[in-house]
Amino acid sequence: MTPAPSSSEALRAPLVVEFPFTRSLGPVQSDFLTGLRERTVLGVRTTDGRVLVPPVEYDPVTAAELRDLVEVAPTGTVTTWAWNPSPSRGQPLDTPFAWVLVRLDGADTALLHALDAPGPEAVRTGMRVRIRWAERRTGAITDIACFTPDGDAAAPAAGPAPHSGEFTEPVRGIVAPARLDYTYAPGRAQTRFLAALAGRRTVGERCPSCRKVYVPPRGACPTCGVATAEQVEVGPHGTVTTFCIVNIKAKNLDIEVPYVYAHIALDGAGLALHGRIAGIPYDQVRMGLRVTPVWTEDGRYPDHYRPTGEPDADYDTYKELL
Amino acid sequence: MSKEPVAVVGVGQTQHTAARRDVSLAGLVREAALRALEDAELTWADIDAVVIGKAPDFFEGVMMPELYLADALGAVGKPLLRVHTAGSVGGSTALVAATQVAARIHRTVLTLAFEKQSESNAMWGLSLPVPFQQPLLAGAGGFFAPHVRAYMRRTGAPAGTGALVAYKDRRNALRNPYAHLHERGLTLEKVRSSPMLWDPIRYSETCPSSDGACAMVLTDRAGAARAPRPCAWMHGGAMRSEPTLFAGKDCVSPRAGRDCAADVYRQAGITDPRRQIDAVEMYVPFSWYEPMWLENLGFAAEGEGWKLVESGITELDGELPVNPSGGVLSTNPIGASGMIRFAEAALQVRGEAGEHQVEGARTALGHAYGGGSQFFAMWVVGDAPPTG
Repeated sequence: MTPAPSSSEALRAPLVVEFPFTRSLGPVQSDFLTGLRERTVLGVRTTDGRVLVPPVEYDPVTAAELRDLVEVAPTGTVTTWAWNPSPSRGQPLDTPFAWVLVRLDGADTALLHALDAPGPEAVRTGMRVRIRWAERRTGAITDIACFTPDGDAAAPAAGPAPHSGEFTEPVRGIVAPARLDYTYAPGRAQTRFLAALAGRRTVGERCPSCRKVYVPPRGACPTCGVATAEQVEVGPHGTVTTFCIVNIKAKNLDIEVPYVYAHIALDGAGLALHGRIAGIPYDQVRMGLRVTPVWTEDGRYPDHYRPTGEPDADYDTYKELL
Repeated sequence: MSKEPVAVVGVGQTQHTAARRDVSLAGLVREAALRALEDAELTWADIDAVVIGKAPDFFEGVMMPELYLADALGAVGKPLLRVHTAGSVGGSTALVAATQVAARIHRTVLTLAFEKQSESNAMWGLSLPVPFQQPLLAGAGGFFAPHVRAYMRRTGAPAGTGALVAYKDRRNALRNPYAHLHERGLTLEKVRSSPMLWDPIRYSETCPSSDGACAMVLTDRAGAARAPRPCAWMHGGAMRSEPTLFAGKDCVSPRAGRDCAADVYRQAGITDPRRQIDAVEMYVPFSWYEPMWLENLGFAAEGEGWKLVESGITELDGELPVNPSGGVLSTNPIGASGMIRFAEAALQVRGEAGEHQVEGARTALGHAYGGGSQFFAMWVVGDAPPTG
């Protein structure tokens, strides 16, 4: 269990949000990425005759559907660049490199990628570069491992060649991992709340205007728009205002179904909080049931709530809390 | 100076389905946009601005998808706006677009909303485990199920009302070629005996996960005069919001919903919605929300919504057909679901709803809500331009 914070220091913790997202590619991106797998770079010709690399499905000028694919060269010219002295995770190279925009020979637009160069003094706008293909290619932009300097080699004389975009076993979808790194700070009100919870006391905060007690407190009353400051201990007993019986197992929860997920108005609180009811068969839980929290050794929050054995609360005493 | 009247002259939807693996996001929105343009007999050049909406970015994990979708929507060189109000977003997106016409900022606006749930993480996108906070104990159904129980307790509604709504909406969907679910063999008994997921909500009383997009072309009086088919005229539009949780929140009949309805009725000159509105497309992701919203939207007195359902009034051939399209219970590309409600309301008053047309519909309500009953968006459309 995290040590109990004092009420003066606000809590902070890392919050990482990370999912592998699937993407259907559609016709043009499918051809482009399958092409990379086959060491072939495809562009698309626009209505006004320009060649866009990477290709797009719809013309940026006319909005027309674009399907006229062409093959461009694996060599090109840097149109602009920026040195990246400290690569972070997930970037194309793990040693310092240049982010470059490369106009491949035969293309009219530039592609963003990484250039493997010993230092910024080795990079200049106008320099000639060449694709270094990844050894294992799957049909993804990372099939281009990076670009490398290509000396004084001249651009090929031949222009872009028409391409059918047809390959065997085309790539139709990709998985794109996305990750966001945050530092989460719950704020002073929740820090105070958590400090009290560590002593197994539930402390809300009263709105000076409407006098209602917020549990958990958020530092302000959303109805009146004023700060809440007065601390008020609520509970420990409370009333089940409403509930549902969960019959399907959630993948992130280690709770056997069926279980009861309830709204519980702790005595003195101005709104219900959420908790699980146990210590009673799930099909005997009812609105108005009087409950009290049950703690486990290492839990920050009550593990669940159990019946107190008191008579049920009268509906009129909690109907405003539904 | 009075506002410019706003007309819906084009409506387009994709064939909503569980997974559209054949198209990219761009390809998906493109289909709906092209169908709306075809319906209006307009081209990209006729569009002055584009307003799009979808649910949170983290559903599909494409940050600011509006940037990448500009080409597909012919928006390059034009104003492109994104609207963001959770599940109600399709409705509020249409209202933002309508405001641009009403304020004479633009003459003709393309508005569109979409979701590709097959490629999205709706569940995780909504309920990230946040440090220090108590883990959530249930998914979306579990979040709403206690409110349904509270409604039943408050009104004394019988346990079977929800099944009636689900059975009605799924039957209506059989008449709508764009609907996701076409459950031809469904019976009321099958709904009633489907697995109980979050008691009191059964499997057949919940919405599906869909891929889909919906688009509309909104225009001014001059644009409407050139329209090849009948227009739907906007008679009122309103949005309201309130926090997901606050002391005094009525989770069964949120005040933001009541206030939003009162505003839109006042604009449209509606004093008796039950008599004056001919068709309703409301956002019902769980069947019980039909009787709940019937009360919240003023079609029934408090505690009486379930009686309207039980009496059959909300059936397609009833006095007040609700969700003739099959509703969210039959089709739920989350970000698009609100706009589908607005568009289906427009189709009804245009007389263009096909097999699910409500005969003689002249005034219809489109309704959307989202978040934890937090955002509300509504419009009233009619077959004639507003007077005055």
